[in-house]
Amino acid sequence: MPSQYAFIGVFLLVALALPIIGLVLAWLIRPKKPNFAKNATYECGMETIGDSWVQFKAQYYLYALIFVVFDVEAVFIFPWAVAYGKLGLYALVEMVLFILILLGGLLYAWRKKALDW
Amino acid sequence: MYYIQDLFVNIARSWTSWISGFLPLWAVSGVNYLIMAVILVMMPVLATLTLTWMERKVIGRIQNRIGPNRVGPFGIFQAFADAVKMLVKEDVIPTDADRPVFNLAPILIAAGAALLWAVIPFGRGMAAADLNVGVLYIIAIGSMTMIAMLMAGWSSNNKYALIGAFRAVAQLLSYEVPMVLSIATVALVVGSMRMGAVVEAQVVPFVVVLPATFVVYLMAGIAETGRSPFDLLEAESEIVAGYFVEYSGLKFGWFYIAEYGNLFAISAIVTTLFLGGWRGPGVSAVPALGPFYFIAKIVAVVFLMMWIRGTWPRVRIDQMLGLAWKVLVPVSLANLLWVAFVMKLPLPTALQWVLFVVGGLAVLAVALGLLGRAGRRHVASKGMVQT
Repeated sequence: MPSQYAFIGVFLLVALALPIIGLVLAWLIRPKKPNFAKNATYECGMETIGDSWVQFKAQYYLYALIFVVFDVEAVFIFPWAVAYGKLGLYALVEMVLFILILLGGLLYAWRKKALDW
Repeated sequence: MYYIQDLFVNIARSWTSWISGFLPLWAVSGVNYLIMAVILVMMPVLATLTLTWMERKVIGRIQNRIGPNRVGPFGIFQAFADAVKMLVKEDVIPTDADRPVFNLAPILIAAGAALLWAVIPFGRGMAAADLNVGVLYIIAIGSMTMIAMLMAGWSSNNKYALIGAFRAVAQLLSYEVPMVLSIATVALVVGSMRMGAVVEAQVVPFVVVLPATFVVYLMAGIAETGRSPFDLLEAESEIVAGYFVEYSGLKFGWFYIAEYGNLFAISAIVTTLFLGGWRGPGVSAVPALGPFYFIAKIVAVVFLMMWIRGTWPRVRIDQMLGLAWKVLVPVSLANLLWVAFVMKLPLPTALQWVLFVVGGLAVLAVALGLLGRAGRRHVASKGMVQT
């Protein structure tokens, strides 16, 4: 088992190395002729007004909030799914209750129009 | 003859026994890990070189064109020509960009596309690392793509890129939930999170046993790879190219490679989880056939995704997020509960699997019925004429 994770570690290093090698190779052979207009922020023919690092529509933030709830659910569902064969009827009842509570949350968000624009 | 029957495993064994003749044990595994890693890390690059050609040909045919036919026979070297072009293109970095993050994003996204391949079994005992948390590993690595997209969009300091990155994160977050739930359903039936065990358990491919799970996973997979009809994160008519609008040269190339690498990897995961992976006729007698079946099934799934891309129009972003939360999440939860319920019934496994099919189809039918009703109601409320 530790040897498998050792492989993942080696693989991670190789996987990060390949793009870096490619970029270094491209850096060696590509032309470098920057100028002011070329390095300007891309926009439809006019100059960009202001910075992009601004506060932005909060709608996406609500999706992220609901996601956090369901991602935590996944953390509980996976061990439950793997051990399910060894657990009794209790496990089923427990998970039904757990999912119903989460569904309640989803329905609340739905009714509150958090899922709409 | 025996050597040929399990060719790939035997080559690996012969190689290991040869180098262990003159290397210490830790060096043997080190060298082997390095070779496996180098082979696997080439998978996204290989996928890009072959699948871009395939995609252009398939989409061309669907749109009544011929597709690339100039570079080499049938245009098969088109992708190589593109690779050379990307390598020698000038790299433009906007003055306002956050340079370290801007440069790191393509590296991360390409690494994420490659890392998915670590746990995928190409044949019996042919996974590089058949982790006992294999499916969780896939979900975890899949999230790396999301971080890289957000980094790219934010660091570009471009409004199109920023909107694209926000959309990408909202879409990937939303579709990760049904994806995780359908993977959990498979793990529940198999009783293990190992990818190898998932394939071993598929006496009947899970696409037949768990139809609702398959449909949900396929849709979530298309959304996770950001392909049409869910390519809102790079909708060129609205936000030019989305989060990588400022990238050029090989940095753009790594995003491109990651996109096709992810497409190939998602198809491989669909194959492993639902289409029986390397299983096929005669594979128990001749395990060396496994990888060929596996690749053939992956290409079939890729073709299906290209077909979907060539056929459906792009959806609106509110429709897309609504589909994830209001349709796919309830469907996958209902399906998960049904599977859990059936598994506790005192029935033989075969009968339980029949009940999985019945339940899955029923869930799909109810979902489609409700969707149709909501659609008709929407049409009536807007006073639109139904054609």
